[in-house]
Amino acid sequence: MLAPSDVVDLSRLQFALTALFHFLFVPLTLGLSWILVICEAVYVMTGQTIYRDMTRFWGKLFGINFAMGVATGLTLEFQFGTNWAYYSHYVGDIFGVPLAIEGLMAFFLESTFVGLFFFGWDRLSKVQHLGVTTLLALGTNLSALWILIANGWMQNPVGAEFNYQTMRMELTSLSAVFFNTVAQVKFVHTVAAGYVTGAMFVLGISAWYLLKARDTGFALRSFAVAAGFGLASAVSVVVLGDESGYSTGEVQKVKLAAIEAEWETHPAPAGITVIGWPNQAAERTDYALKIPYVLGLIATRSTDTPVIGIKDLKKGHELRIRSGMQAYAALVRLRAGDRSDAVRLQFEQHKADLGYGLLLKKYTPAVVDASEVQIMQAVNDTIPKVWPLFFAFRVMVGLGLLFIFIFGVSAWSLARKQLAPRRWLLRLAVLSVPLPWVAAECGWIVAEYGRQPWTISGILPTHLSASSIDASQVWASLIGIGSIYLGLFVVELYLMLKYIRLGPASLATGRYHGEMRPQT
Amino acid sequence: MPDYFTLKLIWWLLILVLLIGFAIMDGFDMGVAMLLPFVGRTDEERRVAINVVGPTWEGNQVWLVLAAGAIFAAWPLVYAAGFSSYYLALLLALCALYLRPVGFDYRSKLANPRWRAFWDWALFTGGLVPALIFGIAIGNLFLGLPFRFDPTTLRVSYEGGLSGQLNPFGLVCGGLAAAMLALQGAAYLVLRSEGLVWQRARRYLHGLAILVSSLLLGVMIWLNFLPGLQLLQHGDLNTALSPLTKLVGQQAGGWLAHYQHTPWLKVVPLLALLGPAIASLFAARNLRWGAFLATSVTCAATLASAAIALFPFVLPSRIDPGSSLTLWDAASSQRTLLVMLVVTTLLLPIVLMYTGWVYRVLRGPITVEAIRANSKNLY
Repeated sequence: MLAPSDVVDLSRLQFALTALFHFLFVPLTLGLSWILVICEAVYVMTGQTIYRDMTRFWGKLFGINFAMGVATGLTLEFQFGTNWAYYSHYVGDIFGVPLAIEGLMAFFLESTFVGLFFFGWDRLSKVQHLGVTTLLALGTNLSALWILIANGWMQNPVGAEFNYQTMRMELTSLSAVFFNTVAQVKFVHTVAAGYVTGAMFVLGISAWYLLKARDTGFALRSFAVAAGFGLASAVSVVVLGDESGYSTGEVQKVKLAAIEAEWETHPAPAGITVIGWPNQAAERTDYALKIPYVLGLIATRSTDTPVIGIKDLKKGHELRIRSGMQAYAALVRLRAGDRSDAVRLQFEQHKADLGYGLLLKKYTPAVVDASEVQIMQAVNDTIPKVWPLFFAFRVMVGLGLLFIFIFGVSAWSLARKQLAPRRWLLRLAVLSVPLPWVAAECGWIVAEYGRQPWTISGILPTHLSASSIDASQVWASLIGIGSIYLGLFVVELYLMLKYIRLGPASLATGRYHGEMRPQT
Repeated sequence: MPDYFTLKLIWWLLILVLLIGFAIMDGFDMGVAMLLPFVGRTDEERRVAINVVGPTWEGNQVWLVLAAGAIFAAWPLVYAAGFSSYYLALLLALCALYLRPVGFDYRSKLANPRWRAFWDWALFTGGLVPALIFGIAIGNLFLGLPFRFDPTTLRVSYEGGLSGQLNPFGLVCGGLAAAMLALQGAAYLVLRSEGLVWQRARRYLHGLAILVSSLLLGVMIWLNFLPGLQLLQHGDLNTALSPLTKLVGQQAGGWLAHYQHTPWLKVVPLLALLGPAIASLFAARNLRWGAFLATSVTCAATLASAAIALFPFVLPSRIDPGSSLTLWDAASSQRTLLVMLVVTTLLLPIVLMYTGWVYRVLRGPITVEAIRANSKNLY
């Protein structure tokens, strides 16, 4: 548990809280930006002013959310240097690259055009403005692409090699980092989740206007856009689930086994545990309800590849930790200046397991003198706590299925012109507005908590990654950032709700609910 | 393909360029925010100032994000040792920076005067505090930071924190940075506003010009009395070097050694010194673009002067000069530097092109009448 003096745990807490908080704003930006593009494209094609008003109204809410996204995003970039200095040194050669490219290719794009989106309406032609909105949406999505390439590399570090002279990982292939399966799957899954968030937001708020019978034309059109866009996105997010990326890379396999609480390796194709109670101490799942075959199909996309269980994974990790001790012994001699062939050969043979050797640093700084008990402790560390992953994953998937249902019934009811009588559906849509956020945060808990004990899977343990700063400093930043975030969040929610209540009347066009008719 | 030596040198230059881009572009956003309570007495006047920078400030902030990202990718050790050495200072700057995006977007969304006054001061803080801190951080480079590396693991450790960084020299540099960005903001307001806001901005420009020149001169004189570092011995600069393999010596007045050995380099600090006076002259004759260019030259030349003085050091250590980072031993691998150079060469011109286009679309002065006419949709 959390010892108040532990810099690593405090830094982890700070990173987790600031990242989860940042991701309250990112998915809405990702999804809403395309909804703005869709509305404006219809406006440009049909010339109907109501679609222009839709773009501007949802754009106002987009802006309130975007500001928070920008503010909270700064923390995440700076934090690598401030709180994770050894991490920054150890992998900056690779990890810094996608972050820098994100700035150049994406963040500049979205940040430059977001102002023109709001203030360019009277200075640009219709088509030009649509172009600006499209570039804004493209920018937000490209931003997600590069950040998830960076994150994907933490999960499955390809295209890099350790250099004992500089004592860090160095890039060997940018294309391997870019086309990393884990990163690509993660990107598609994450942006699709963002689209669902944006669509549910518009769907729910439009449903609320419909229930109140105000601005019906505006609300119905918005509802239709959201239902169509949302259905396509919700299906993609489940079908293109992140889980398919879990078959590549050692730590991804651990994560998969933990999510499914698969203690043993079963003959393929493995069955899926729908629900149960993971019992980590006894390494079994109590009260498990299992459906045969399904897990094998989802996770390995085949009927003959087994899903490896936790007990077998641990046996493999023990071997790697012992080999890592050899690697570390050779590394120390190399660093001390002994460049003899025997030492080099020993290092080359074992260097793939160096990260596993570093796990022992938590128990003995010299690594090579680890006792059998300490080795077994390190082996146990390679498996993250199972129950948070098991349940977070099930909440996420359950919500994903609910979203498909809501968007599906919504689209179907619209097509059959039976939306108005289905007030239960409208109410369900309103109540479901916060749920995509719950699903997204659960997804991040699975992805990042499931990566423990590593910051870079198999390469760099979390406990070595943090800066050697005083815990008091992290306490100060945690309290400072926390209180400002809390204050800003209250303000953001207040403004958001206020503008939702005002509705399209906030545009002051004189055409909407609660406005005076303009004098003619 | 450029060799490793050349790549290291190019990245030193590129990071300087990115920092200059930040000082010039986001500098005037921060400057306008610092001047906001003074150039605008009424709500409408303040909205004029806010809307002068409002539609474009967000893109300008990316220079900061990109500079940080480029340091991460090109100088990972600087990112690690520098950012963690400045832990509390940077966290304070961050907390102030949070106030900007929300300040711009939220301020005019409610009509309540207390709400608006709160966000005006929030924007002011968001401009002043980061400028101060970045100035203090650059000033402390000349004194050296209290860090050292462990020879086996290259893990960085520290002795001392924020209170040590709040020394007189650092504070004067912080004041200089804040005054310089305020001057940059005043020049931008002179360029883009009309009426009372314009008049006041021009008055502040004259005052700030004198302040910036005197502070600059003060810092330059002070530097003569600070001991500087000198690279005495090093390995082959065309290879990957560990920071602990070099020999570093200390000498009085050492930071100005380059200027003594290569006198023509003095042109750079001279430009920085003259910039404010020229800006003042131009503003008095209503040559708005001239004034803005002159303050921009001051920002660029000041940063360049500091970089030249420190060269080849980028992050000196006070407690263990051998742990000091230079552009030769803080750099990423040759492949990473090359990949990043290619990407930057391809993308940065595109960024500059569309940024130019956006400024052209949004050109023209902001007036109180324009604010009144579009009160619901402007910042």
